[in-house]
Amino acid sequence: MSTYDIAVIGGGNAALCAAITAAEAGARVLILETAPKPYRGGNSRHTRNLRCAHNGPLGPLVESYREDEYLDDLLKVTDGNTDEQLARLAIRSSEDCLPWMEAHGVRFQPSLSGTLSLARTNAFFMGGGKSLVNAYYRATEALGVDVAYEAYVTHLELSGDRIACVEYTHQGKDHRIEPTAVIVASGGFQADTDWLARAWGPAAKNFLIRGTPYNRGVVLADLLEQGVESVGDPTQCHAVAIDGRAPKFDGGIVTRLDCVPFSIVVNKNAERFYDEGEDVWPKRYAIWGRLVAAQPDQVAYVIIDSKSLNLFMPSVFPPLKADTLEELATKMELPADRLRHTVETFNAACGDASAFHPTELDGVATSGLTPPKTNWARPISDPPFYGYSLRTGVTFTYLGLKVDETARCSSSTSPIRNLWAAGETMAGSILGQGYLAGFGMTIGTVFGRIAGREAASYAN
Amino acid sequence: MQTDLIAEARRQAEICNACRYCEGYCSVFPALHSQRAFADCDITQLANLCHNCRGCYYACQYTAPHEFDLNFPKALAEVRRDSWESLAWPQPLAKRFHTHGGAVALALIVGFAFMFLTIRALGSAGGVGFYAVMSHGAMVALFAPAFLFPLLSLAISLRRYWQAVGGRLITLADLKAAFGRAVRMTDLAAGHGEGCNFEDKDRFSQARRYAHQAIMYGFLLCFAATCAGTVLHYVFNNPAPYPFWSVPKLLGVPGGVLLTLGCAWMAWLKLQSDRTLGDPQAWGGDIGFILLLGFTGLSGLLLYVLGTTAWMPALLSVHLGAVLTFFLLTPFTKMTHGFYRIAALLADAQRHRK
Repeated sequence: MSTYDIAVIGGGNAALCAAITAAEAGARVLILETAPKPYRGGNSRHTRNLRCAHNGPLGPLVESYREDEYLDDLLKVTDGNTDEQLARLAIRSSEDCLPWMEAHGVRFQPSLSGTLSLARTNAFFMGGGKSLVNAYYRATEALGVDVAYEAYVTHLELSGDRIACVEYTHQGKDHRIEPTAVIVASGGFQADTDWLARAWGPAAKNFLIRGTPYNRGVVLADLLEQGVESVGDPTQCHAVAIDGRAPKFDGGIVTRLDCVPFSIVVNKNAERFYDEGEDVWPKRYAIWGRLVAAQPDQVAYVIIDSKSLNLFMPSVFPPLKADTLEELATKMELPADRLRHTVETFNAACGDASAFHPTELDGVATSGLTPPKTNWARPISDPPFYGYSLRTGVTFTYLGLKVDETARCSSSTSPIRNLWAAGETMAGSILGQGYLAGFGMTIGTVFGRIAGREAASYAN
Repeated sequence: MQTDLIAEARRQAEICNACRYCEGYCSVFPALHSQRAFADCDITQLANLCHNCRGCYYACQYTAPHEFDLNFPKALAEVRRDSWESLAWPQPLAKRFHTHGGAVALALIVGFAFMFLTIRALGSAGGVGFYAVMSHGAMVALFAPAFLFPLLSLAISLRRYWQAVGGRLITLADLKAAFGRAVRMTDLAAGHGEGCNFEDKDRFSQARRYAHQAIMYGFLLCFAATCAGTVLHYVFNNPAPYPFWSVPKLLGVPGGVLLTLGCAWMAWLKLQSDRTLGDPQAWGGDIGFILLLGFTGLSGLLLYVLGTTAWMPALLSVHLGAVLTFFLLTPFTKMTHGFYRIAALLADAQRHRK
């Protein structure tokens, strides 16, 4: 068996950026990817863009998007729960990432239909994240990096201030290797629903996992047990409201539902529980993940009428459809009389809807209703009626490895000399809550490259 | 049309419409994303717009083993072939050749035999060169109908297609847009212009695009050579044979070389590619057609090189047999795709200006 300078644990964007950078610096690199080849790439296969700072037009990006504006956008969504030094490092380095990505085979396309608001800030990968992952695997192949698929890393042995060995199973055999340096880029733990349930409570068993089933946090747990410094609230995860019929894992982008602002949302008792029109959907879908999680059985039901059917992006599964509210209630297994009552109460609270504007905060609100609907409040009155179920879809977890500006991990007493982390598994070092579209790929690319550079420099 | 093929393509299109990651690859996705629901005719149009570049398959996060089981290039390829078979006229010939390479080979053998027997039966009418074997009049009597029948057949089919997809009066701008995409084969280049995914899985390569253009331009040059010969014959009273430095030869020889090499290259690429990303049933028919087209080019070149030897009469029969078979099968083989593709590109151009 050949010996490696660097073992990279994980096979998504951050892992690949690290492996490519290290291999280009002359290191012999082994990638240990848990997933089988068709599912390689972790959550990166579901991504579609990278948020990128730029001081003028850059590739597909128009105008400019400067460091301070980028940081402001981040601080808004994280409520200040941000490590500013690391965030600035990620933001500042993002501008270099785009040409680097192109040089390694990633291609960009203009902002997708329905996402024009991101044309200035986010560079979209042509074909999405899986095509990016494919391009990077091609690049690693050209550099002579070895990739082991279905390689389950079970243990990294911390001995003093260094990782002494990596243990993994591959093709039915246990392996123990002693690379000079190790880069952990194996994501969060959200696919381990037991862990999620321990952190969140039993309700988490009803959550859907939007991404890969292979992010089970095995390496993360192993390192935390050995006292490697962690960051982030273990009970926190980024969750959004998605189509309740989505698969348990890997539903990805298509399971999103954009119709909430035009709807009323009820729980299984056919009662409303929150202002559906509080803000435009891209700014609210994340809080709805938590709202739905707090409802009985962690499920909610969206109800619209024919007026609103064409106002949002098509859903992957067609909505349930009925000519009467009672019929819709039956199809959705909701109490029909309660639903009728809720809708009638809501309709009666609606006022003049002539100012209705689907893409702006139009101020068309209910009066005297609790909870109110503060925008887009039009009566649910024109049959046919349509319904979707909503469930909580977990994107990633915040608990991770704490790193410094060189992406290096540490124990409680000192930095660990040969352990670096990149991507989701250390994203908690930068943001403690909230999320900004495309920022995960920025963190993965920037810190993947830093980790690859540092590890190679150590190994050489 | 087979409703199950359309239903499967629709199921997949609805997933694509909720994702949209592939919007930058080709003409199909912007067309797909401009709609919320897909009637049968919409699926037929998308299928004929698809050039099977496979970029969307390799980029797709929902291919098997994912439960959504997307294979959009295959779904569209199956609808596409089914649409050609359903719209073809006359129907008895429609379903023989797309799915049966053996039928193409058999037709070719029948073509050879027919030419040998015809030539033997007619005998020499005392002309020179090729016309010593078969008189000009006999050739015209045979090939004029063999050329006009496919044109009539295609005209009927394309009219049906145009009505099905709701095409309108074609403008110069439509033609410019559609032919502009075809002459550069933009839809085999992906949005970044680096080609398609074919012979080496997810690697982008220009090979298939270039091979296709070699075949297409080779064919068009050969066709132009024939037209030039016709003009020389009737307008300038200058019958064949023509020397190398003449318009028919200067068009035909490079055309034949491009056609022959292009077809050989394409057949080789097809052998490297993943058959499950196309229409598996049409594999044999497609290969049969490519070999027939390439053989037509090759036999023409041999005829040119060996035209003054004792091989000439036999080679002439073989070449004319190949040409005859190729023409007659045009509406019922892969050759028909070019006509539908142009129609689909025209319809798509009209979508853009409405």
